[in-house]
Amino acid sequence: MMLNNIIEIVAEHWPDLLEGLGLTLLMALISMSFGTFFGTILAFLKVYSNKVVRAVVTGYIEIIRGTPMLVQIFILYFALPVYGIKLSAFTAAVIGFILNSAAYQAEYTRGAIQSIEKNQMTAARSLGMTKNQAILSIILPQTIKNAIPAWTNEFIYLLKYTSLAYIVGAEELMEKAKVIASRNFLFFEVYVVVAVIYLIIVLLLTWALRKIEQKLDIPGFETVR
Amino acid sequence: MTENRPILTIKNLKKSFGTNEVLKDVSFTMNKGETKVIIGPSGTGKSTLLTCINQLVLPDSGEIFLKDIDVTKAENMNTIRQQIGFVFQDFGLFNHLTALKNVMIGPVKVKKMSKADARDLAIEELKRVGLIEHADKYPAQLSGGQKQRVGIARALAMQPEIILFDEPTSALDPELIGEVLSVMKELARNKMTMLIVTHEMGFARTVSDEIIFMEGGVIVEQGPPEKLFKNPENRRTGEFLFKLTELYGEGD
Repeated sequence: MMLNNIIEIVAEHWPDLLEGLGLTLLMALISMSFGTFFGTILAFLKVYSNKVVRAVVTGYIEIIRGTPMLVQIFILYFALPVYGIKLSAFTAAVIGFILNSAAYQAEYTRGAIQSIEKNQMTAARSLGMTKNQAILSIILPQTIKNAIPAWTNEFIYLLKYTSLAYIVGAEELMEKAKVIASRNFLFFEVYVVVAVIYLIIVLLLTWALRKIEQKLDIPGFETVR
Repeated sequence: MTENRPILTIKNLKKSFGTNEVLKDVSFTMNKGETKVIIGPSGTGKSTLLTCINQLVLPDSGEIFLKDIDVTKAENMNTIRQQIGFVFQDFGLFNHLTALKNVMIGPVKVKKMSKADARDLAIEELKRVGLIEHADKYPAQLSGGQKQRVGIARALAMQPEIILFDEPTSALDPELIGEVLSVMKELARNKMTMLIVTHEMGFARTVSDEIIFMEGGVIVEQGPPEKLFKNPENRRTGEFLFKLTELYGEGD
C-alpha cells in the first residue's frame, strides 16, 4: 500500500522532484563555493591581519553563529525590501547560506591554519619569501589538506540546510515536496521519498569528497582527522 | 686563502627578551670560506645570535654587516635573507612538498628561476647531500638525518653567501648524526662559509677554523680549535670543553 503510493508519487512527480533537486544542488554548490572561498579569506585575516581587522572578522563570525540562520534569511527576504533591496527567494536563501557557511568555515579553517607547525613560516621567511608568498605557497596548501575533513562535514550540513529555503518559497526539493503532499495528502510517503533523495545525494557527496581527500593525500597528512 | 673584506661582521650586538639580557655586546667577523663553530651552555644566546643575523629575531642594538650591507638597516630584508642560508634544529622542511620541491621552491618563488632550471639545480643539490634517490619522498617518509640533509640542500640551492646552522644534529638519533656531519664536512672542504651552533666537539675540533665559546650572552673566548682545546685562556672554556668532550666524545 505504502510502497505503491511511493512508486506512484515517483512515477507521477519525478519531473517536479528532479527540478527541485536541481535547484537544491545549485544552491548547495553556490553556497559551498562562496562559503569556502570567503571562509578561507576570513580565517587567514583572523590569523595574519592586524587587530582591527581581526576584531571585525571575529564580530562577524560571532553575530552570524550566534543568530538562527532562519532569522537571517527572513531579514534578507522580508526586511531588506523595506529599504528598497528586493531579493528573490533563491538569492536571499543563498546569501544566507553563504554568510553562514563562511562564518563556520572561517573557524574550521582557522583551526587548520593554527595546527600547522610554526617552523613552516619561519623556514619560508628564512629563504627570503615575503609573508604573502609564504602564506600562499606554504601555509595555504597545508591548510587545505588539514581542513578537508571539516569541509566535508560542512558541505553535508549545507546541502541539508538548503531545505530551509522552502520557507521563503524557493522552489527547491523541499518546496516541491510540500506542494505535492498538499495536493495528494500523502505526507508520509512524499517526505520519505524526499528523505531518500537527500540521503542518496549526501552519500554520493561523502563518497566523492573522500575520493578527493584520498587523491590529495600525501604522507604526513593522512592522519589528520 | 681568504678575501680581505669579511662576509659577516657582527658589532656590539645586544638583545633582551623582557628583563632577560640574552646577548650582551657580541662582536666577531667571518671571512669567506671560513667555518666557525659556536659552543656554549644552553640559554646563552647562541640560537638568538643566529636568528638575529637573518633578522628572524630583531636585535635591540648593534650592527650586522653582510659584506658591506648593514642588515639591521636593510630596506628589503627578503633580498638579504636569500643570501643567508639557515639550517634548523627541527629541519623546518615544508611538509606538503617532496624533497625535490622543498629544494626547488626557494629558487622558484624567491629568485623567480624557471621551474626547469630550479629542478636541475635541486637535483644537483640533492646529489651533493646524497639523497637523489629520495627526491620524490615527502618529509614524513624521510629519516631525521635525511630530512636535515634536504634542509641543507634547500639552503644550498639559494647559493647563499653564508649558511647558519642552528644545532643541526641535536634532534637526531645518534646513529643519524654522522651522515649530516659528513655533508657539512664536505661543505667546509669546498669552502662554504658556515657558522654553526653545535655540541659536536669532534666536528668542531676537526672541521672548524675557529671556535667561539659563548656563555651568559658574551663571547668568553674565541680561537683555533687546537688552542681552545689544549690551552684555553679562560678557565670556563677549558671546563666546558672538557665536559662536552666527555659527553659527546672527540669524534673522528
